[in-house]
Amino acid sequence: MLEKATITIDGKKIQARYGQTVLQAARENGIYIPVLCDHPALPPEGACRICLVEIERQRTLQPACTFPVSEGLVIHTRSPKVIEARKFSLELLISDHPLDCMTCEATGNCLLQDLAYEYGITGDRFQGEKHQYPIDASNPFIVVDRNKCILCRRCVRACAYINGVEAISVFYRGFNAYIGFGADSTMQDSPCEFCGSCVEVCPTGALWPKMAFGRGRPYQLQKIQTVCTYCGVGCQIELQVRDNRIVNVFGVENAPVNHGFTCVKGRFGNDFVHHADRLTKPRVRKYLLESGKRDGKDRGEWVEVDWDTALEIVSRKLVETRDTYGSDATGVLTSAKCTNEENYLMNKLARQIIGTNNIDHCARL
Amino acid sequence: MSNSIEDVTQQAKVFFVIGSNTTEQHPVIGMKIRQAVKQRDAILIVADPRQIPLVDFATLHLQHKPGTDTALLNGLMHIILKNGWEDKAFIEERTEGFEEFKAVIEQYPPELVSEITGVPEELLYEAAQIMGTNKPMAAIWAMGITQHIKGVYNVFALANLQMLLGNIGIPGGGVNPLRGQNNVQGACDMGGLPNVYPAYQPVTSEEAAKKFAEAWGAPMSTKIGMTVTEMIPAAKEGKIKALYILAEDPIMSDADTNHVRQCLETCEFVVLQEIFYTETAPYADVLLPGVSFAEKSGTFTNTERRIQLVRQALQPLGESRPDWQILTEVANRILAIQSSGRKIDLQAPYARWDYHQPREIMDEINALAPSYAGVKYERLERGETFQWPVKDEAHPGTPILHVGKFARGLGKFNAVEYIPAAELPDEDYPLILSTGRVLYHWHGGELSRRSQGLLEIYPKPLIEIHPEDAERLGLNGQQRVRVTSRRGSIEAEAWITERVLPGMVYANFHFPEASANVLTHAALDPISKIPEFKVCAVKVEAVE
Repeated sequence: MLEKATITIDGKKIQARYGQTVLQAARENGIYIPVLCDHPALPPEGACRICLVEIERQRTLQPACTFPVSEGLVIHTRSPKVIEARKFSLELLISDHPLDCMTCEATGNCLLQDLAYEYGITGDRFQGEKHQYPIDASNPFIVVDRNKCILCRRCVRACAYINGVEAISVFYRGFNAYIGFGADSTMQDSPCEFCGSCVEVCPTGALWPKMAFGRGRPYQLQKIQTVCTYCGVGCQIELQVRDNRIVNVFGVENAPVNHGFTCVKGRFGNDFVHHADRLTKPRVRKYLLESGKRDGKDRGEWVEVDWDTALEIVSRKLVETRDTYGSDATGVLTSAKCTNEENYLMNKLARQIIGTNNIDHCARL
Repeated sequence: MSNSIEDVTQQAKVFFVIGSNTTEQHPVIGMKIRQAVKQRDAILIVADPRQIPLVDFATLHLQHKPGTDTALLNGLMHIILKNGWEDKAFIEERTEGFEEFKAVIEQYPPELVSEITGVPEELLYEAAQIMGTNKPMAAIWAMGITQHIKGVYNVFALANLQMLLGNIGIPGGGVNPLRGQNNVQGACDMGGLPNVYPAYQPVTSEEAAKKFAEAWGAPMSTKIGMTVTEMIPAAKEGKIKALYILAEDPIMSDADTNHVRQCLETCEFVVLQEIFYTETAPYADVLLPGVSFAEKSGTFTNTERRIQLVRQALQPLGESRPDWQILTEVANRILAIQSSGRKIDLQAPYARWDYHQPREIMDEINALAPSYAGVKYERLERGETFQWPVKDEAHPGTPILHVGKFARGLGKFNAVEYIPAAELPDEDYPLILSTGRVLYHWHGGELSRRSQGLLEIYPKPLIEIHPEDAERLGLNGQQRVRVTSRRGSIEAEAWITERVLPGMVYANFHFPEASANVLTHAALDPISKIPEFKVCAVKVEAVE
């Protein structure tokens, strides 16, 4: 079988590969086709009808996300028929969607909002029954607002294909269909592991991190890519920060290990950074400021001091110990939580400054 | 890991996961294993005394008794050899010591191994057949393999298995220990070990000592230093007078907490550089406030040897300072103290501590650690990503080790015998305790207990106990139990579950009020000096 197929999209001839969908071929060639249910990390679903395109010699409009590439396809992505169909789909979606963008967490980060804007959808074309689902904020991590769900099944697929536990599925059919967890229970009573992959891919505000509510709009957040501090897998995460606080955390899409996804700790476990228990000033035991002699095992009370005082005491005591008892009377525990650069310095401090190989860390523990 | 997460999870036909609760401890790798099983029909064999969540996705679960790993592995290799499933060409061309190894393996017939491990002979045979007839197989393990008095033997046995099957140096194969902490790999790489300088240059080598003496302008000791498990007891014996602890919490993470307390109590001078007032803090004389990962920049090296940039997202809280700055300050102050104790020649090329940003430290690492020679910030900032060894600035890194040739030349079969755990159940302490962590918490719990959501979803320690034992003890539902070993006692709620074998309990060390390490045994592996966290003897009583 041929590997390559020549197809034409909006008058532009491109080389696509067999096995690709029209959407994938378009994306690779920088041609924009709007989507809602499609996500590059997930298998195609063909649920939302937003990526409909006109393909010559096909009787009806076809979803680009599932239509396979073949030689000679001629595709129109923005024909009047296509635009009209997309508008129709969007208007139907919006007819049962809260128009609370002003206060919605997802504003500025919502595909449905972007598409409504792009296609000039106002929400008044179809008037009909609207769902009034109760908001489920019963677990510590993810707020579930089914009123904002467009049933794209991205979360269902992420749970099944990315995490693998299949905690999310669609219950009932048609207008009564909704996403549910486990045996139609809550997230916490399902096999859910709170990895948040569903949040990562949700195109609207239906699944949103509890920690981020009311804490900032996307354009108010500074986004910094770094590496998770929990386990050794090395997932890259994006910290979204406002006023020197972490507001939200996402996976970094093109990260070599995690490709945009994380576990529960990497996504939802970073608030320890701001915990009231954080040490913010150096402390020394009172005896160190007085006689310098400790009363046996009793270390006595703490005194908060400035950095100069603390560092002076540390360096003097380390020199005293080294010069009185020899280099090997000091032990250094470096840290698997700290950076390479810091560990290198700890190794240099032990070996060059103190003169001992007594250095280790928790690799054994 | 000898291999990369990507090639292992994309290309392994078989995953042999032993002593790793992957979906709870390395969740993103756990997810990828589940994907491989579900999406491309990879075969998963789990060997674990507990019914860990990954078992739901496994073709076979070898539920061996804690501490019998060497016997299990030798038994599997026995069957592989008996059936001629070994990779003869690989053994011939790339290994040595096979005959001696084979002689030992012959002593492990299935009947015997089944008796030692509790794994039925049919399961042993099925597992060996899958391993012997599907290639490549990736061996994946974690602390369930290493935290035994014979942890090194377990690792040798896994290396033997992979050489026997010719699964070394190929995508989808390899020996793949999953490292626990975010930068435990880097801490080892950077010389945070008592026997090696950065990039594993041995301290006992005259050549390495000369290299670092010249670089740092000071005489180097060629004596191997103490491990953490030796240093802390040495404090009680008076051999260690001062301890400088950077972001570690021995009271939570070391075996036999009560003994650790006594040791730290006695230590003359303890500096603790930390972000919280941890359980170890009461034993410190000075507390220096460091910062979290979000408030500093630098690099971390992950379990597959990949070096990645850590970027500062927040300003340090209060007066806290990045740890590298604090260390630089301490070193410079010591250098400034006029002392006859130690001469350091500041004219030596890397003697000085003039660091204004972490990249300058990396420049020094480039010069002194050959496997990091090409790890330049400019490359990382450009989005390049690589795994060490990165031999020079043009080198693309090394995704798979031992391709075509082992680092030592020929791969050596190290024949190892099964040796039982140091403390086995008896009349007074009839149950085996194994310890570890849960999905929602992290190690000593210093971070995860201070994360609101994580604490809410898993708010208290739980002791896993099998229904048969629970019945014998008269436990019913959510009841508190007292678990006692020869070293201490803890009380916590029981979780009656078939996750554990009958005769076994499992506890975590996330919560200071009932940390498993009060109970654990500080018996060390004589080579790795790792304590036997995974096996000790305990008794359990219901608390009225």
